Amino acid sequence: MLFLLPALVLLGALVVYPIGYSLIRSFYNANGDGFAGVDNYKAIFTDDGIRTALKNNVIWVVFAPTVATALGLVFAVLTERVRWGTAFKLVVFMPMAISMLAAGIIFRLVYDQDPDKGVANAVWVGVHDTFARSSAFPNAHPGRESPLTADQGGFITRTTVHTGETVALPLVGVAPDQMPGGARKAVAARSENGRITGTTWQDFTRGKGVGRLGTPDPSELGYDGMRIEAVKNGQVVASTKAAADGTFTLPAAADGARLRLPASNFKQPYNGVDWLGPSLVTPAIIGSYVWMWAGFAMVLIAAGLAGVPRELLEAARVDGATEWQVFRKVTVPLLAPVLAVVTVTLMINVLKVFDLVYIIAPGSSQDDANVLALELYRKGFSEGQPGIASAIAVFLLLLVIPVMWFNVRRLRREERR
Amino acid sequence: MSWVLEKINGGLVRVFLIVVALFWLVPTIGLLASSLRSPDDMSASGWWHVFSKPSQLTFESYQKLLENSDITGSLWNTVLITVPATVLVVIIGALAGYAFAWMEFPGRDWWFLTVVSLLVVPVQVALIPIAELFGKIGLFGTIFGVILFHVGFGLPFAVFLLRNFFAEIPRELLEAARLDGAGELRLFTRVVMPLGGPAIASLGIFQFLWVWNDMLVALVFTKSGTQPITVALQTQVRQFGNNVDVLAPGAFISMVIPLAVFFAFQRQFVTGVMAGAVK
Repeated sequence: MLFLLPALVLLGALVVYPIGYSLIRSFYNANGDGFAGVDNYKAIFTDDGIRTALKNNVIWVVFAPTVATALGLVFAVLTERVRWGTAFKLVVFMPMAISMLAAGIIFRLVYDQDPDKGVANAVWVGVHDTFARSSAFPNAHPGRESPLTADQGGFITRTTVHTGETVALPLVGVAPDQMPGGARKAVAARSENGRITGTTWQDFTRGKGVGRLGTPDPSELGYDGMRIEAVKNGQVVASTKAAADGTFTLPAAADGARLRLPASNFKQPYNGVDWLGPSLVTPAIIGSYVWMWAGFAMVLIAAGLAGVPRELLEAARVDGATEWQVFRKVTVPLLAPVLAVVTVTLMINVLKVFDLVYIIAPGSSQDDANVLALELYRKGFSEGQPGIASAIAVFLLLLVIPVMWFNVRRLRREERR
Repeated sequence: MSWVLEKINGGLVRVFLIVVALFWLVPTIGLLASSLRSPDDMSASGWWHVFSKPSQLTFESYQKLLENSDITGSLWNTVLITVPATVLVVIIGALAGYAFAWMEFPGRDWWFLTVVSLLVVPVQVALIPIAELFGKIGLFGTIFGVILFHVGFGLPFAVFLLRNFFAEIPRELLEAARLDGAGELRLFTRVVMPLGGPAIASLGIFQFLWVWNDMLVALVFTKSGTQPITVALQTQVRQFGNNVDVLAPGAFISMVIPLAVFFAFQRQFVTGVMAGAVK
């Protein structure tokens, strides 16, 4: 009995006693001097902050374990087919060894909003700009004595234009590093019979009073790719894009129209996704959790996979089953017990998730990313609400009791064998 | 035909796995690269620019960090917490595991099942009660208090793992030693502990990483002066943005020991993880 004593004393004082204490404490008010009945439990379901936490916990418990397990399964099955499978497993499993704090800092860097700093947005913006070129002229606007005036987010000529004329559409304000790479020296357009020609360019030469207003100077650049619309009675009758030197040509249909540089030319460049903003913060943090724990699922499932008799898979293949059918009809059913254990383990783990949310969610969206474990910490240690915190603790404990029971039952069955 | 398909499939699998591996590596590489650039470079451009301009690499941030006594002190605290918490769990857990496996006493199975049922109790349940308890007996804010807490919550798994391992030891071995007149203590130190090597290694590594990486328990039970590295860095995260030169190298330093342990003892770690799939 002496062998057992230290363990039992420590377990009793540090694990069992707190359970009883929390249970009792959860029925008392904040100061602990008045009986509060079930008020603290009611708060879990009525307090807005706690309800957000509860809702997020449901999202966590549903998605994080299933995604991690599914990825683990796919990785475990696929790594069997490459020679460097062990190295791959090591890479995916490695995050298990580091602290959630370190993982949190790692992902704080990954999710940085600025596409020049956060790798997630750098990749995202890269992909986005490949498929949808963002406009090239943010902040462009008419200068002094301009023939242009603001219109629907873009700019329009004050007067109508006619065939044979040349039109000048000067703007200022585009930062030199934001000019399109292909832009060349602006050139004054030559007039053409039966057409409208013109130039749109950056009418600004560095240095005060240098260059003439309203005329392309040798140092000024054309607005390469600027879209120009001819508008008659509110209808677009013709449109074109400026060449690299800023010149453009419109057909006779534009005769008598006003020329507009539509708003699409002046949108701010695409700045990526606000990963840690209120709406995406929880999925983003779940992503970092999956990064940490998919390796755990993979290793356990791979161990299960090693126990699957190869002859069974071979037999199915000989019978003409495709790889997908073998996976779906043979491998997965045989692995079902392992998958269940992994998923349940991760579910318990997810209920307790604290560090990742605490570290990754910036102050401004921490309320939106809230989870029960974090709310418990806040209520208990910064808001002076140990009663409610204890109720949350008991609630968490109730959620793991089915697993407790399952463990005990499994053990007793094993003992009997 | 099917041979060609096989080839394509094999190629696709390889490409897919390489992409996944990149997904898993890039975040950590980002941290490492960030920690090796100067604060000015960090605020000017993304860490990936370091690959086109290797001249940016500098140990400046690490140097500054290691001259910061808050950080070095907290790193030392981490060691002071982790080592005893690991050793104590192994010793106390092994004693209890041996008792549950090989000693006869009334209600043995019932006691063991009770310990197993404690495996899944979330640490959060104990934070408030133990904080108040430690406050009353003067353990709050001490390193010893944190150690004690980690031992308490490490024990269910330790007892579970070691009992199951010890139970596999052949009965004849123990009987032979008993016949030779060895007492229980002698049996424990001379027969059971040496045979239990692999399980003890798994448990030790598991517990070591668990305690080293802990932030929540330390956040609650330490105060300035007894804080481990995780808590010290956590206070920095509150002002995230202009202090990447502290956070990135700090996080990396805190990862070095766990990663070294992980790479050195992969097999034992995996065994521990598998056994602990219920924790």
